[in-house]
Amino acid sequence: MARQSGDVIVDLRNISLRFGGVKALTDISFDVREHEIRSIIGPNGAGKSSMLNVINGVYHPQEGQIHFRGQLRRRMEPHHAAEQGIARTFQNIALFKGMTVLDNIMTGRALKMRCNFLQHAFYWGAAQREETAHRLKVEEIIEFLEIQSIRKTPVGRLPYGLQKRVELARALAAEPHILLLDEPMAGMNVEEKQDMCRFILDVNDHYGTTIVLIEHDMGVVMDISDRVVVLDYGRKIGDGLPDEVKNDPDVIRAYLGGAH
Amino acid sequence: MLYREAGQFKSSYAEDGRIFPIRQDRIGFALLMLAFGVAVPLLANEYWLKAILTPVLIFSLAAIGLNILTGYAGQLSLGSAAFMAVGAFAAYNFILRVDGMPFLLALALAGLAAALVGVLFGLPSLRIKGFYLAVATLAAQFFIVWVLVKFPWFSNHSSSGVVTAQEVSILGYAFVSPEAKYLLTFAVVAVLALAAKNLVRSATGRAWMAVRDMDVAAQVIGFRLMRTKLLAFAVSSFYCGVAGALYAYTYIGTVEPEGFNLDLSFKILFMIIIGGVGSILGAFLGAAFIVLLPILLDNLVPALFGDALGAGFASNLQLIIFGGLIIFFLIVEPHGLARLWQIAKEKLRLWPFPH
Amino acid sequence: MQFFIEVLIGGLLSGVMYALVALGFVLIYKASGVFNFAQGAMVFFAALSFVGFQEVLPARFGMEAGSAAVFWLSFLLAFATMVVLGIATERIVLRPLVNQPPITLFMATIGLTYVVEGLAQMAWGANVRGLDLGIVDEPIAWLMDDYGIGVSKFDLFAAGAAASLVALLAALFQYTKVGRALRAVADDHQAALSIGIPLQTIWRVVWAVAGFVALVAGMIWGARNGVQFALTFTALKALPVLILGGFTSVPGAIVGGLIIGASEKLAEVYVGPLVGGGIEGWFPYMLALAFLLVRPEGLFGERHIDRV
Repeated sequence: MARQSGDVIVDLRNISLRFGGVKALTDISFDVREHEIRSIIGPNGAGKSSMLNVINGVYHPQEGQIHFRGQLRRRMEPHHAAEQGIARTFQNIALFKGMTVLDNIMTGRALKMRCNFLQHAFYWGAAQREETAHRLKVEEIIEFLEIQSIRKTPVGRLPYGLQKRVELARALAAEPHILLLDEPMAGMNVEEKQDMCRFILDVNDHYGTTIVLIEHDMGVVMDISDRVVVLDYGRKIGDGLPDEVKNDPDVIRAYLGGAH
Repeated sequence: MLYREAGQFKSSYAEDGRIFPIRQDRIGFALLMLAFGVAVPLLANEYWLKAILTPVLIFSLAAIGLNILTGYAGQLSLGSAAFMAVGAFAAYNFILRVDGMPFLLALALAGLAAALVGVLFGLPSLRIKGFYLAVATLAAQFFIVWVLVKFPWFSNHSSSGVVTAQEVSILGYAFVSPEAKYLLTFAVVAVLALAAKNLVRSATGRAWMAVRDMDVAAQVIGFRLMRTKLLAFAVSSFYCGVAGALYAYTYIGTVEPEGFNLDLSFKILFMIIIGGVGSILGAFLGAAFIVLLPILLDNLVPALFGDALGAGFASNLQLIIFGGLIIFFLIVEPHGLARLWQIAKEKLRLWPFPH
Repeated sequence: MQFFIEVLIGGLLSGVMYALVALGFVLIYKASGVFNFAQGAMVFFAALSFVGFQEVLPARFGMEAGSAAVFWLSFLLAFATMVVLGIATERIVLRPLVNQPPITLFMATIGLTYVVEGLAQMAWGANVRGLDLGIVDEPIAWLMDDYGIGVSKFDLFAAGAAASLVALLAALFQYTKVGRALRAVADDHQAALSIGIPLQTIWRVVWAVAGFVALVAGMIWGARNGVQFALTFTALKALPVLILGGFTSVPGAIVGGLIIGASEKLAEVYVGPLVGGGIEGWFPYMLALAFLLVRPEGLFGERHIDRV
């Protein structure tokens, strides 16, 4: 909201995705502009997470094209997406349960670390310096998201809300250009949601990160989004500014059900 | 009251990132190293050195290797003994066929040979997971031992297939006495254990654990699954290979392929389960446990039961106790002795207060 | 050509024996999701109990050694022992580990293998014993005389036994109430519980059936090779069988067994001499490995999709 939206950074054209006989996405096209906050909304099972997975390279659409910064992307693997500066969080929390909060966030710095394993084995010298430098960056994020007190806690022990925050921290640690957030506020109370909103807005404001957000809470969506896409049964049924979408009869029917 | 962190503040990330952040731990570890590095060779008797301490160190090294692969990287392997065999035979052949080969170099090359073979058999892990991978590692175990038996070149065409390890000498000094062999083993294991500890707490270790915990998420962050898994196989096999070479040169003195059988692979797996999966300390504790248990039983059973139960009884009892302990640890404390040690330390931090 | 057929048939028949062991695995995995690494040890235990009882009954109870009565009583007693072992395993090992990841359960069954082996030898002694089923291991006369192909009567009997067992099991799963319940449990424990299927009872039934299969397998193997510790290693061969046939398919276990048995023998006979023999020890595993590279889920297994 605070930033001027820039050029189109991700352009999805006619994306169709199937799993065996199940059609997850059918002929979806929309774009995302740089620096904007784009929300994807829709009833459960509409294909929102699948959409994110397509952008991310986890799922590969059978039809359609993805243009990233104007370039047509061939079949992209998840680590390519990461290298291109796309980071994400997951609906069901994909933290590394065997590690502490600090270690989890440090994994987000993986692509920026240059030392090889031999240097790691030796530790003194380059590896120690690199570890310390990245620790500094990670601590900035920890401070930003206010999770200092739990940095050495194994993530498995944290309550749901804090785990979601740690996942966000891990995504931020990669200093991404595009942040894909899959229901970052699910299961949170009002206060936690406000905190999360503030964080998301701050990230967009401070770093100019483009944000694509899946969210169910309409209040949040209307408040913070620049533009909204609405999905239902794998098809796009709405696309535009929050107010336009809110008043679109198709959208209302999908959410509230119409008379048949 | 002895074990308190009060007053120990870290003023840099480097300090926070130490292996032993608490001063009492550092002192304790220094004392441990003095005890095992200096006092033991001077004071221990030959039996203890040859039959207990040296093998415990060697198996700890193999257990560290398996722990890296199975505990940290999450790739179950039932073939660690085969990689030890590669190391043992590689060292033997390097020393045999290359004039003036320094022993330490032979050790390193043996490790590298094992690492190469490890990477080869690790390739399937890119497609296969879980117990399927375990069965694939069984293929490695049986195939490698077969190769070493079938091609007499490896054992220098010895008629029995058994070879005797050459004398170990570094810079002209011959390591013949049990004390010397022990110290050499101790030095090698200490250095490699330190390297392992450094590896697992670095970005490499985090990559392994990420792949273990959730490989899809790891990929999304940018980790390359292939490189990470193959590196784990390589490093793990390197450690097993060096352990195998030491096994031949400073412990048993002879090498034969059948000695590195499936049973030994299981033993090493048991060491990491009992000691604590995903823990370097656990490797040492597990190895000590597995080496000491049979000796303990051999001494206890006659004392308790006399000769009444026959020769087979003790060895069968051993099988039952081993298996039973595995099950016990998996139920009660899946993170093994290392976790028990951690819990003990946490209690100690509060002592003498209850909470 | 005749030699080839002979080797092929021999391989197929020994494959049937592998399949018998694999069946036990499949049963337990289907019903409880546990990969019972100790199945091989259980086959050994079953066989050992059978011959053990055959010795004990005449010696201690004065029954006539070698009689049909001793044979069948030993069979029943051995079966009962296996059932007790199965129930004890479920109670002591598996129930406490119910929510743990599969790899933990797998490692527990590795521990169980050692316990069962130790128990078996402690109870019955470690001598190698013969097992006599009354069928001689000699070639079928007319095949040998007319076609020059040597097919052992014993192998044929074993194949017949295995086939009947499979048919019996298939019928059990498909047509009986218990079988249906077993399939429900295999699919989803929670759902099965919620419609009132008594989980504990079902598991006891499964272990009992698996014990029966282990006993039959043990008796046939034991008659073939003698009852000895090496039986546990032969049982390990069932693992490649499972990889080919999938972990949850009864017909898959048979098909997998046939493929492994045949290819192992053929490889040994035709490729073996080129490299000095002994291929049988690792060939099945390498074959399974090669197979996994192409189909990571096995022939009959289900494709695994990671939902993120």
